[in-house]
Amino acid sequence: MSRRSDGQNAIASGAAEFPMSDPAAISLYELGESLAHGDCSSTDIVQALLDAIARKDGRIHAFLHVNAEEALSEARTADRRRAAGEPPRSPLDGLPVALKDNISARGQPCGCASRILDGYRATYDATVVARLRAAGAILLGRTNMDEFAMGSSTENSAFGPTRNPWDTDRVPGGSSGGSAAAVAAHMVPAALGSDTGGSIRQPASFCGVVGLKPTYGRVSRYGLVAFASSLDQIGPLACDTRDAARVLATIAGPDPMDGTCVDVPVPDYEAALRDVERLDGLRIGLPREYFAAGLDAEVERAVRDAADCLAALGAELVEVNLPHTPYAVATYYLIATAEASTNLARFDGVRYGHRVEGADPIEMYLRTRAAGFGPEVKRRMILGAFALSTGYYDAYYLRAQKVRTLIRHDFEAAFARCDVLLGPVAPTPAFRLGEKLADPLAMYLEDILTIPVNLAGICALAVPCGRTAAGLPIGAQIIGPAFEEGRILRIGAALEQARGPFRGAPTL
Amino acid sequence: MNNPTETKAPAMNVEHVAHLVRMELTPDETESFGRQLGRVLEYIGQLQQLDVAEVEPTAHAVPVRNVLREDRTAPGLPREEALANAPLARQGLFIVPRIIE
Repeated sequence: MSRRSDGQNAIASGAAEFPMSDPAAISLYELGESLAHGDCSSTDIVQALLDAIARKDGRIHAFLHVNAEEALSEARTADRRRAAGEPPRSPLDGLPVALKDNISARGQPCGCASRILDGYRATYDATVVARLRAAGAILLGRTNMDEFAMGSSTENSAFGPTRNPWDTDRVPGGSSGGSAAAVAAHMVPAALGSDTGGSIRQPASFCGVVGLKPTYGRVSRYGLVAFASSLDQIGPLACDTRDAARVLATIAGPDPMDGTCVDVPVPDYEAALRDVERLDGLRIGLPREYFAAGLDAEVERAVRDAADCLAALGAELVEVNLPHTPYAVATYYLIATAEASTNLARFDGVRYGHRVEGADPIEMYLRTRAAGFGPEVKRRMILGAFALSTGYYDAYYLRAQKVRTLIRHDFEAAFARCDVLLGPVAPTPAFRLGEKLADPLAMYLEDILTIPVNLAGICALAVPCGRTAAGLPIGAQIIGPAFEEGRILRIGAALEQARGPFRGAPTL
Repeated sequence: MNNPTETKAPAMNVEHVAHLVRMELTPDETESFGRQLGRVLEYIGQLQQLDVAEVEPTAHAVPVRNVLREDRTAPGLPREEALANAPLARQGLFIVPRIIE
């Protein structure tokens, strides 16, 4: 029961008995081992994390809502089950996870970091939440995000930005910035996020954690507040690839409540992570367009080092082209906003959330939505409605759908030559708060290396691969064909094992 | 390359489009959104450079098929719960402003 004397990084406070000898060891795996060996209880873990949140989150603002009482009560239930000799329900049994604020959990707020959902509490569980509960996981709290997942910095939250734990003057990325920051600051071992154009991978990269965007249709979207239905996908943010694999295995698989969720068997992702000392026979494609002008020099060096590291394990590096990459952002901002402009029609002040009265329904809608939505949501809905409007549909929306086909074909051609693709997650490390807020286009371009994956519906992993001289995390992106999550997790695991995990906690 | 004159972004009537999505804008918002989205549309204009005449549009990246389920009754959301989040509800109904004179 030793505790590191420096203490500043430890998740344990003086009050809680927290048994981990290494304060950085808070992965689901390690906590699960501690539970199995009787070194600590679920209640100890939840209490220690609640203390960590109380101590740190004033500076980070990763959480919008903490389920303190419910989490402790669920932890006591899990401890009683264990004491009674019940076998664990899953590797996540008795372990806490956090949810992005756009994922419904019955009885909890689900506000999408928006004023328009003031006071709303979800009336049902998202399928991913039902599966986490059935696995025995404890829902610790709800994490901050860009309003309705629209943004790349978490500055578009109606409740104030989240800060990057590695440098609190910088953004954590977005839109799942709260989930990434909470994991990075060791306030929770894992969290769910959603990724429509990079919203899991980019914050994971900025905060130095692992983030996985599953194949479209791998994970049910039932209970995820829809932003762009043909692009949205729920996935894990975690300390390492093993934890990400465990969470994905829990939430993946077909669901009668989501007709786009595909009936493809869920493989044993953790098994794919074993024996990763050698990667002989594996072909890794380096897309030339992902190393183009505008890429930060330190990011480029760290990602190329990661490629060399994988080559040293026996993988073959091949240069490939994804020629339509420069068109991805324009394509995305037509398709995603068009889908959003219709999806967000439901926020009308009638069934839930904020309402401003008017003389007739139209006036009520106009006022309710003017008061309830923040500027980025308004901008995107206007752009989306314009792309769909009479006279512009063919030139904008339909054309974007056709370019989407070209982007899909780029990946198909590349995967004929290699097994996975490797590149940066984002062109730069975490930027400063406010730096891109006044210039929406500059913010949109932040997503140029993550958006193509969503448009093609394939899977990708963000895995830490280095730090800048100033200490900011840098992420590598490993992109795989549809339903090859096991393959990209395996390569991420090989990188972790060869380089040593990029762990440690920021000083808070 | 298609007709190069097409790359010029059309001016967007921000007020009109905002009304289509039922949002009242302040004069400041109308001005700033118009300016910002004008730049975004200019950027998006680059899509006109591609020849997509022979390309099929993609609505979903994975093949989507109709999914059928057994026609069996199951418990739905109880009325009280459905109404619990309503800003205004009475007698088991959502209350909205008068629609018919």
